[in-house]
Amino acid sequence: MKLTLKVWRQENANKKGSFSTYQLDDVSEHMSFLEMLDVLNEQLIEKKEMPISFDHDCREGICGACSMVINGQPHGPMGGTTTCQLHMRHFKNGDTIVIEPFRAKAFPVVRDLVVDRSAFDRIIQVGGFVSVNTGQAQDANSIPVEKDVASQAFDAATCIGCGACVAACPNASAMLFTSAKVSHLGILPQGQVEAKRRVQAMVKQMDEEGFGNCSNVTACEAECPKGISVENIARMNRAYIGSVLGSETSVS
Amino acid sequence: MKLEGKVPPGSLGEKWTKFKSTVPLVAPNNKRRIEIIVVGTGLAGASAAATLGELGYNVKCFTFHDSPRRAHSIAAQGGINAAKNYQNDGDSVYRLFYDTIKGGDYRSREGNVHRLAEVSRNIIDQAVAQGVPFARDYGGLLDNRSFGGVQVSRTFYARGQTGQQLLIGAYQALSRQIALGSVEMYNRHEMLDIVKVDGKARGIIARNLLTGEIERYAAHCVVLATGGYGNVFYLSTNAMNCNVSAAWRAVRRGALMANPCFTQIHPTCIPVSGDYQSKLTLMSESLRNDGRVWVPKKLEDAKAIREGKKTGLDIKEEDRDYYLERRYPAFGNLVPRDVASRAAKVACDEGLGVSPTGLAVFLDFAAAVQRYGKSAANVQGIHNPDAATITRLGEKVVEEKYGNLFEMYEKITGENPYKMPMKIYPAVHYTMGGLWVDYNLETNVPGLFALGEANFSDHGANRLGASALMQGLADGYFVIPYTIGTFLSNDIRTPKFDPDSEAFMEAEKAVKDRIDQVLNVKGNQSVESFHRRLGKIMWDYCGMSRNADGLRSARQMVVELRKEFYQDVFVPGSNDEYNPELEKALRVADFMEMGEVMILDALNREESCGGHFREEYQTEEGEALRRDDEFAYVAAWEYTGWDDEPVLHKEELMFENVELKTRSYK
Ligand SMILES: Cc1cc2nc3c(=O)[nH]c(=O)nc-3n(C[C@H](O)[C@H](O)[C@H](O)COP(=O)(O)OP(=O)(O)OC[C@H]3O[C@@H](n4cnc5c(N)ncnc54)[C@H](O)[C@@H]3O)c2cc1C
Ligand code: SF4
Ligand code: FES
Repeated sequence: MKLTLKVWRQENANKKGSFSTYQLDDVSEHMSFLEMLDVLNEQLIEKKEMPISFDHDCREGICGACSMVINGQPHGPMGGTTTCQLHMRHFKNGDTIVIEPFRAKAFPVVRDLVVDRSAFDRIIQVGGFVSVNTGQAQDANSIPVEKDVASQAFDAATCIGCGACVAACPNASAMLFTSAKVSHLGILPQGQVEAKRRVQAMVKQMDEEGFGNCSNVTACEAECPKGISVENIARMNRAYIGSVLGSETSVS
Repeated sequence: MKLEGKVPPGSLGEKWTKFKSTVPLVAPNNKRRIEIIVVGTGLAGASAAATLGELGYNVKCFTFHDSPRRAHSIAAQGGINAAKNYQNDGDSVYRLFYDTIKGGDYRSREGNVHRLAEVSRNIIDQAVAQGVPFARDYGGLLDNRSFGGVQVSRTFYARGQTGQQLLIGAYQALSRQIALGSVEMYNRHEMLDIVKVDGKARGIIARNLLTGEIERYAAHCVVLATGGYGNVFYLSTNAMNCNVSAAWRAVRRGALMANPCFTQIHPTCIPVSGDYQSKLTLMSESLRNDGRVWVPKKLEDAKAIREGKKTGLDIKEEDRDYYLERRYPAFGNLVPRDVASRAAKVACDEGLGVSPTGLAVFLDFAAAVQRYGKSAANVQGIHNPDAATITRLGEKVVEEKYGNLFEMYEKITGENPYKMPMKIYPAVHYTMGGLWVDYNLETNVPGLFALGEANFSDHGANRLGASALMQGLADGYFVIPYTIGTFLSNDIRTPKFDPDSEAFMEAEKAVKDRIDQVLNVKGNQSVESFHRRLGKIMWDYCGMSRNADGLRSARQMVVELRKEFYQDVFVPGSNDEYNPELEKALRVADFMEMGEVMILDALNREESCGGHFREEYQTEEGEALRRDDEFAYVAAWEYTGWDDEPVLHKEELMFENVELKTRSYK
């Protein structure tokens, strides 16, 4: 099939970016979206031009590296699918596809479609862990965990840290990402000891990174490739209020 | 050079315990003065950096990824082994040790493997304490599944995302140390050289990938946990950015590369669909529990399927060859990976392949659907169910077991595997070879350690499923924190090293020169095109089966390709910017050197064992012929400059506890 691509090109964070238009003639429906961009990049290199930069690695929907907005939707039109798992059979001959980076104040552009998501790492660093040193653990079966509880924790833990939730949100809020970690650890007995401190610290860091507030638009859930539910946000809000009210714990 | 494994004396079961209680320690006040560089944040690197930080060392940790959480380990699907014997099915440390030695076709060190089996149990405890949500049963206890090549259930799993959950656990432990200041994290930094001072590894040169700046970092020692080299083959199940450069640069500085020809080809991957293909996707080994592998018996049927005139469904039962069940009645579809992969190649080489490229066999769930459907109907009290009911119920059971894999298959191929048999083909998956290390995980360069897939230590000539995650975490959490003391205890009075000293400046210049060299070629061919060509040579001649003539001509081709690269590659842009093409160019240049050593090693090893199949060495039935008398050794290669041949060093393998036997799956 033939496609017209409008791709955001930006040399670095300090330069202004703009769209460039490219034509591709021979796109196979079996290609993945990123393979289609590979083909375009090969053509650019042949013309001695700079190829389009985009983050990617596993190409299996699990590392969370790939990140672009395709026709207005983070990770493109298919639900529950990362960009790397999107295949060209979902597009038609003659389509025009607009490709942009994830846009958010807290995710500055590095180059073209690559953004800096290290704010997510810093949110985890302030409390997204269980404080247990290597070798301090007791036998793994000494605390039974109800199957459904483990499964709920797992659902929250499948977040791949891609940032699509932020890109989808009109306020560029990181509530879905942050709440997924707060839930994952807060649901499990192993994570409950530090739960109060954790939720306060992570929410505070999230605000400091410049992510916006949550106004219950729920676009994050719709665009999340891993189906992380907004129930996690509700759970985090409850945990946060609970941790501030009637508690000695406070993170200032 | 004499290679010493440094396995401690004593009986197998006591070696590690004794070692731990006698290894020289570094006191807490001294740890604070010592700096360690860890390169890599996969399971091995993240667990090592976190644990060394907890112990009080000053750690600097590097990854080329934008976040430690994106390391390739994240993609592991199936599970992690541990000798917990929670199922009470007769598992033990010794059994895990034995299975690993045997599965590796008797080409690994007994002492190392036994230690791995011992610490496997601590890994599960640690991961659960960190909040890794492993699968559990209704009693709330941990669940297990079985993997190929073993007779017990010892694999712990978190749905199909075990690597992700374990890596997130290690990443969180690492994040905690970063916040505490004991680990300084350098994201988007690629190590491009090792710096040696007086023969010992004392630092690295790294490129800041965002700015292109070349930076010098000094430490008392360097730990490489930089993963495997499967991407030499261009197409593999590895993440796109996996590369051999860190390990290869260490080799260029004197470290030895051990058993590089031992690569694992996984039998169940989604076949190549076109020349734009960038990577291959694994379909978990667990599918072979229920899927039956077959090709048509008749060449004309295979041809008709390739041309789209027939599908698998049109082939009558008596015209199908379930070749694994036929050739290996005892293990059937569950033979080990290397055996299954070769058999698929044989079938396709005979012209029986079923995809347009001719390189695919069927993995068929129809029989499983029928079997499960009937049994489900029975359970639900439906007597004399009709065919549609059986199929409906059976598909439901299959969906419960493999739903996410079937979905992934459909996303990629656009075909519904519930209705049409899946098409699969082997693909490069894992590399057993790697930097030579002794029992302490130290290379022959003092102060340079290698962990995880980057070393060669534990899997011999073939790795069993669910054992890589175990090894990475064993190395990082439980081995290196002890063994690093053997080196550092002599360094407690050594002051910090100066990154402006001569050795560092020299290494920095070498890196800059190398970058200028590839940028200045200004030829006409893309880096990618060289990588593809290299991959094709390696796959055709040093892949699933190898022979001396092929290997010799392949070596010549790789040498020519390397020459052409330095004459005609085109790398756009400059060093002083974010430039992924430049990153790739340096990696592909190293792959081309590594490829040659793999070929040499394959030529040298005149036997067939594990993942290494030499056509000259097979039984009359076409099975691998191992030659223990001559080849029960580790082949460790020393780089001496391309004008001279690399030098082979041998470490003889001593088997004091297990008897060497021929693997048979018939
Ligand atoms: C699809 C797939 C499924 C798998 N499933 C399983 C499974 O179910 N069970 C199992 O046991 N094993 C499995 N494996 C194998 C297993 O995942 C890997 O062997 C293991 O995760 C490797 O871990 P590692 O820490 O050694 O390296 P990696 O996870 O590859 O990490 C390497 C790290 O080094 C960094 N790095 C590399 N070079 C440099 C450099 N020059 N400068 C800076 N940083 C660098 C990278 O950024 C990365 O952080 C699977 C593998 C694949 C491909
Ligand atoms: S919550 Fe979903 S969209 Fe947000 S980072 Fe996690 S996986 Fe990505
Ligand atoms: S490249 Fe890893 S999730 Fe897309």
